[in-house]
Amino acid sequence: MDNKQEKPQTPETVKPEDGIKAENINNLREQMLLEIQQLEFTAIELNLYLDTHPDDQQALNLYNSVVPQLRQCIEAYEQRFGPLFHFGMSTSRQPWQWICSPWPWDL
Amino acid sequence: MWVYQKKLEYPVRVSGPNPRLAKVIITQYGGPDGELSASLRYLNQRYSMPTDKARGLLTDIGTEELAHMEIVATIFYKLTRGVSPEQMQAAGLGGHYAQHNHALFWSDPEGVPWIAAYVQATGDPITDLTEDMNAEQKARSTYEHLIHLSDDPCVTDVLRFLRQREVVHFQRFGEALNDLQGFLSSKKVF
Repeated sequence: MDNKQEKPQTPETVKPEDGIKAENINNLREQMLLEIQQLEFTAIELNLYLDTHPDDQQALNLYNSVVPQLRQCIEAYEQRFGPLFHFGMSTSRQPWQWICSPWPWDL
Repeated sequence: MWVYQKKLEYPVRVSGPNPRLAKVIITQYGGPDGELSASLRYLNQRYSMPTDKARGLLTDIGTEELAHMEIVATIFYKLTRGVSPEQMQAAGLGGHYAQHNHALFWSDPEGVPWIAAYVQATGDPITDLTEDMNAEQKARSTYEHLIHLSDDPCVTDVLRFLRQREVVHFQRFGEALNDLQGFLSSKKVF
């Protein structure tokens, strides 16, 4: 069984930093994205549960505790790799970073 | 309104080009029980729901299904990236290539294009939520068939995630339906 994953391409927007290989930067991007995806999944799952169990205090506490963790991870990612959100939800450095590759289907 | 996040809900990896697998997976993009049908069905049914629980749930699951459509699109895109017309033809994607080259299009594996008749909105909240539960089961079955057909463990991993989401959505729709039935019977009393 071939479990080898496709080797990710170097994102054009990220310049290799001194002493750090482009591949490592890409790994870091995916690692930070994975952390966001994991926290967001927790939020999605609790969100749907709360939609039909709005009085569950324990689930609500858990949901509320995930929110600041998720925000923190998104902020750290955006500092390094540019905006995750458009339409006024994230700021951009010069030049406008939103249009920079990679797009999600290329990662 | 909706705000885009420049990432997928779940990471998509493929082991390599695989147009044969892409050909069958396209059904969860634009087939009858695919993610386009799911997202549009739920987001469109919201307006005639009498309870806030049902309105909220259809909004949230409809939104998650949009993210699933993007995941399925990414799988197809990656499995056909750089595949030659001859390889597309050999994998049964000759018709797709003739009409769409490597672009994505909403169809089932036989090339039948997506139609709005795959979804319904009767304005009867019991009927519509029952349809939604049925739709989740049909999607679960389809993902199981795709898992049986998949020869790429990376793709199978994503398909398993998507299958599991259908199970959760079915559960939540069932709870919304129970709540709605309680709401409607209490209305009759007063």
